[in-house]
Amino acid sequence: MSEIFSPVAVPATKPAQVASEGAITRAVLIGIAVAFLALFLVLPLFAVFTQALSKGIGAFLDAFREPDAWSAIRLTLTVAAIAVPFNVVFGLAASWAIAKFEFPGKSLLITLIDLPFSVSPVVSGMIYVLLFGSQGLFGSWLIDHGIQILFALPGIVLATVFVTFPFVARELIPLMQEQGTAEEEAALTLGASGLHAFRTVTLPNIRWGLLYSVLLCNARAMGEFGAVSVVSGHIRGLTNTIPLHVEILYNEYNFVAAFAVASLLAALALITLVLKSFLEWRFAGELAHGRAH
Amino acid sequence: MVETPRPKSPLLRSFRRPSVIPGFGISFGYTLTCLGLIVLLPLAGLVVKASGLGLSGIWEVATDPRVASALRISFGVSALAALVASAFGFLVAWVLTRYRFPGRKLVDAAVDLPFALPTAVAGIALASLYAPDGLLGSALARLGIQAAYTPVGIFIAMVFIGLPFAVRTVQPLIAEIDKEIEEASATLGATRLATLTKVVLPPLIPAVLTGFALAFARGVGEYGSIIFIAGNLPYVSEIAPLLIVIKLSEFDYGGAAAIATIMLGISFLTLLAINLIQAWSRRRFGYV
Repeated sequence: MSEIFSPVAVPATKPAQVASEGAITRAVLIGIAVAFLALFLVLPLFAVFTQALSKGIGAFLDAFREPDAWSAIRLTLTVAAIAVPFNVVFGLAASWAIAKFEFPGKSLLITLIDLPFSVSPVVSGMIYVLLFGSQGLFGSWLIDHGIQILFALPGIVLATVFVTFPFVARELIPLMQEQGTAEEEAALTLGASGLHAFRTVTLPNIRWGLLYSVLLCNARAMGEFGAVSVVSGHIRGLTNTIPLHVEILYNEYNFVAAFAVASLLAALALITLVLKSFLEWRFAGELAHGRAH
Repeated sequence: MVETPRPKSPLLRSFRRPSVIPGFGISFGYTLTCLGLIVLLPLAGLVVKASGLGLSGIWEVATDPRVASALRISFGVSALAALVASAFGFLVAWVLTRYRFPGRKLVDAAVDLPFALPTAVAGIALASLYAPDGLLGSALARLGIQAAYTPVGIFIAMVFIGLPFAVRTVQPLIAEIDKEIEEASATLGATRLATLTKVVLPPLIPAVLTGFALAFARGVGEYGSIIFIAGNLPYVSEIAPLLIVIKLSEFDYGGAAAIATIMLGISFLTLLAINLIQAWSRRRFGYV
């Protein structure tokens, strides 16, 4: 606020800038940082939209008149609709067990839950190929029983669940740990059942953290490329998610259509960022700490 | 003390500390089941496949010229990119926490863009920008640098993908620095540069190293944002994850598993290094 009022009102209270850089250095550093981010991060995002609209709005819309685009959109929504709720249930169970109880081996368990984040996306897809592929561990058994996992919806869902596995749990575990068990204990001693206490005490306490993690989990689930690309088999109109459809269009030199479909995902990323920043700003105290800035 | 409502089985009771809160058995059991079936079992499958090859088999794949060159490119370029991402990440984190300027919140939110933007989208965007006829590619071409279809392109994509790790690891620690220490240093006669290099920077080094390691590990495994700009010429701009995809499509599961094992091994060593850095930092400075 101080810069709105005239500087005469505040100078005495403002300490000498001994613990900061000079104004010129500051301006130069801000300039370099902002220019670097604009060039490396913002320009690519900008390029997606300009390329998508480079041949006019008609060419942009043409990309969505293709049935293959629609089947890709449908598949991506289906995969996210399975993977995200699965990870929500898992995250709630894991954070309940880990944050509300004391048992040995807890940090090992948290490390194992985090494991998918440190595995390359390609390797995440590959481990399912090794299990379910025709030459894989269960490959011949699956063929004998006519079960299709790879190059079909189950494989894509599995790979997506794998890469998004830690999202909800790693947000909720520190959040629940911070909140402790006192409120649940109070509810239980007042006669609430365990499930009732969870619904009326725990869930309201963690709702913003849960929403925050669902946002990030969903963005990753819909945008995952490497892992899904390995297990999908790239069957047009059948096993192509939106990112895979973008890849095919791009490799066919159909750049306008590729960027038009990609702009859907870019818009999703933007919405995710806006909502995420809003949650961080408005509900900083109700998210796992270390997020407020 | 509140009495435990129902006595649990002796095993569970001795395993965890007693509590009035119900639902440990079911939530713990469900967690372990999911973790086992979705994460641990499939990863064990990789270990089984790789151990079937034996060390000599893995070594044979690793020393194949094309594989060795892909591994060299992945790890070498990623290290370089993580270095640049760490340097600029530190600058960005410093500017965002220490200075107030219009649009700061917006810039701060933009740092997470590589986390939110799907890798394939980032990949085609970078490829179109740095293509020889692209906006930045043509500018670089005038300087005699070809970015697309060379390791330079891989480097650019890896900096893009690694930057948020570098920024977000250092940022909370910069925010925590006690300003009084800097003021004390200044009043004792140190120049600003001396204060920064001798007082401010040393405790931040572990965080910078952690950010470097995270960006490095991410760059090594990255696939989607790189393959479009890289052009994927064997021996020139082919990365290790792409080689895994190629081997899988040729049904060479053993070769793919061997490359993945080498990558996981090196990534594991990187993670171990992070943990050692953090443990050392806790002992030395009292925080991570």
